Amino acid sequence: MVIGLSHYLVVAAMLFTLGAFGIFINRKNVIVILMSIELILLSVNINLVAFSTHLGDMTGQVFALLVLTVAAAEAAIGLAILVVYFRNRGTIAVEDINVMKG
Amino acid sequence: MNVITLFFYLFSGVLIASAVMVVSSRNPVHAVLFLILAFVNAAGLFLLMGAEFLAMILIVVYVGAVAVLFLFVVMMLDVDFAELRQGFLQYLPIGAVISAIFFIELALVVGTWQLAPEALALRKAAAAAPVDAMNARALGRVLYTEYVYFFQAAGLILLVAMIGAIVLTLRERHGVRRQDVMRQNARGKADAMSVVTVQPGQGVTVQGVKRKDAAGQEV
Repeated sequence: MVIGLSHYLVVAAMLFTLGAFGIFINRKNVIVILMSIELILLSVNINLVAFSTHLGDMTGQVFALLVLTVAAAEAAIGLAILVVYFRNRGTIAVEDINVMKG
Repeated sequence: MNVITLFFYLFSGVLIASAVMVVSSRNPVHAVLFLILAFVNAAGLFLLMGAEFLAMILIVVYVGAVAVLFLFVVMMLDVDFAELRQGFLQYLPIGAVISAIFFIELALVVGTWQLAPEALALRKAAAAAPVDAMNARALGRVLYTEYVYFFQAAGLILLVAMIGAIVLTLRERHGVRRQDVMRQNARGKADAMSVVTVQPGQGVTVQGVKRKDAAGQEV
């Protein structure tokens, strides 16, 4: 049994679904939400690299590198916002973030 | 069942299991550690696909930087995580239903997907992976020539993220004596010392240390 493209796509789909599921069930814990977003971006990377290997095209890996960059930047900014929010409010409960709601 | 198949199922099984533990773990520190395990196994999958450079980058960047950043934040913030888990069971059914529907849709797409025969001819000329070069060298050949502007944009994104994170978390603390290198370097002979002509028979009075505060007033 040869491991082909569809095997990797199924793994990436499962990982993506788990990331979305994590956002659903951890509605209050913004740290776990950020970790779920990291899982989703990881599944996208697996998809990109799988197609890159399947088609013999290096471009997919270039885009996977860019997604990796954006994910690292997003984690840094998100955690910085989280630290500032905790410093101001003393909690990280997401449902309290409704100051800007009209 | 050859070695590649064995390792594929090993890596993907541990990857999925640790992803489940990330989203359902009771302790966020455990969640971060399982996230690290998930990244390491994804790096293993990348190795199986032949993307060695990305696999190493994944370990260096994610395990070395991002996951440690998460760990620092989780341990630094004094948060009552038990309180944050309220509503976990409340959202579980709807989350499970939506995730199941979503996964079935994705599985249907993956199961019935196929490449149109003329699509390969229509796409841009592929940056083919050279057979003689290593993966890192092949990636560099593409990244630094055809996608050099994307590379620069990625660098700018990282710069903006770095500046943003520093600006967000830097705070000026009052009442703390700190070294001010600018003021130390700006301090010259003229405003730091004075020559006193001492008359015979008279002493000198101690003038103290001449120092200026931030507003320029002598203290």
